[in-house]
Amino acid sequence: MSGLVAIGSFAAGMLGALTGLGGGMIIVPMLTLAFGVDIRYAIGASLVSVIATSSGAAAAYVREGYTNIRIGMFLEVATTVGAVGGAFIAGLISTSAIAVIFSLVLAYSAFRSLRPRAEHSIDGPPDKWATRLRMDGTYPTAAGKQPYTVHNVPTGFSLMFAAGILSGLLGIGSGAVKVLAMDQAMRLPFKVSTTTSNFMIGVTAAASAGVYLHRGYIDPVIAFPVMLGVLAGALTGARVLAGAKVPALRAVFTAVIVFLAIEMAYKGLRGGI
Amino acid sequence: MWRTGRWSDEHVELFIGNLLRWGVIVAAFVTAAGGILFLSLHGGSIADYRVFRGQPDSLKSVTGVAQSAFRRNPEALIQFGILLLIATPIARVALSLLAFLKQHDHVYVVVTAIVLGVLLYSLIGV
Repeated sequence: MSGLVAIGSFAAGMLGALTGLGGGMIIVPMLTLAFGVDIRYAIGASLVSVIATSSGAAAAYVREGYTNIRIGMFLEVATTVGAVGGAFIAGLISTSAIAVIFSLVLAYSAFRSLRPRAEHSIDGPPDKWATRLRMDGTYPTAAGKQPYTVHNVPTGFSLMFAAGILSGLLGIGSGAVKVLAMDQAMRLPFKVSTTTSNFMIGVTAAASAGVYLHRGYIDPVIAFPVMLGVLAGALTGARVLAGAKVPALRAVFTAVIVFLAIEMAYKGLRGGI
Repeated sequence: MWRTGRWSDEHVELFIGNLLRWGVIVAAFVTAAGGILFLSLHGGSIADYRVFRGQPDSLKSVTGVAQSAFRRNPEALIQFGILLLIATPIARVALSLLAFLKQHDHVYVVVTAIVLGVLLYSLIGV
């Protein structure tokens, strides 16, 4: 079984890296639907793989100078508190309920991935919180360092709390909600929001992983092929990114997510998970 | 000034990047070693993961995992690798805290201390 899980995780990690949508969303459905693993073990293993890919990718991003550590750290207050809360909720509700919530998040992520992200104007008056917290920064462009201002900090903070709860409850990076908070609400430039969100995902997942470990939800025999498979897949995906047909892959990935959402909802509602 | 010297944002970010990379490499190496050891001992047997049983106490706490890992218990060795992985982003936050302290950035010292507190509470305290 370890071999098959590792191969599936490799594919998930590679697709996640190529499409930028994250492999975590496929890991939990794959383990529960295809391998019949209890969803609590599946979420524990997925959290571990999320930490691995986030930390691995962040190492490269940080050097390029797009990541805004102040914004990331401030929003991590919301995501880590939310993540610990989400991990506790996971212990209180039934596994069927977790499966149904998971399918709703999958459906929402598929919907978002079909809509192109629109770049917002980066001028306009900054939020008073952003000024007090010195969040405004610069990012490298072809024409030199470009300054940007940060907007709607309270809205972004609240959305990040929700992203943290989902991450702790479902064992995913919650990239779709984080992008919503940083792109739409706080109006950060793409590169800044993508890299800062990735930077935060590892810290958020670490906050709930501790609770999962104490609960006995992290099984080493399931977690090791998932972690190593996803990590190898993500690294391979990042290498071949230049020559890949990203729009076609995104369509495939979205179709897979829609299928998994239906399957998770069906089994969850019938009490099969 | 807070933007210059050894504790400047740029220096700290570069150091954090390296910390994250090495954390993941070491954790993956330990986990792989434990996995290979496990497969060499239990290669063919398939456990039933449809039934949720939870983990034994020795695999549920930081001290329990660390102690069993050095007794050549393959599951504990994997779990130790996973602990190293969880510790990597925590070390990153601790490093940021140190950097904000050196920069006398009091607001972010408080912000970062809260994040670190939540992480340590989750890993050790629950």
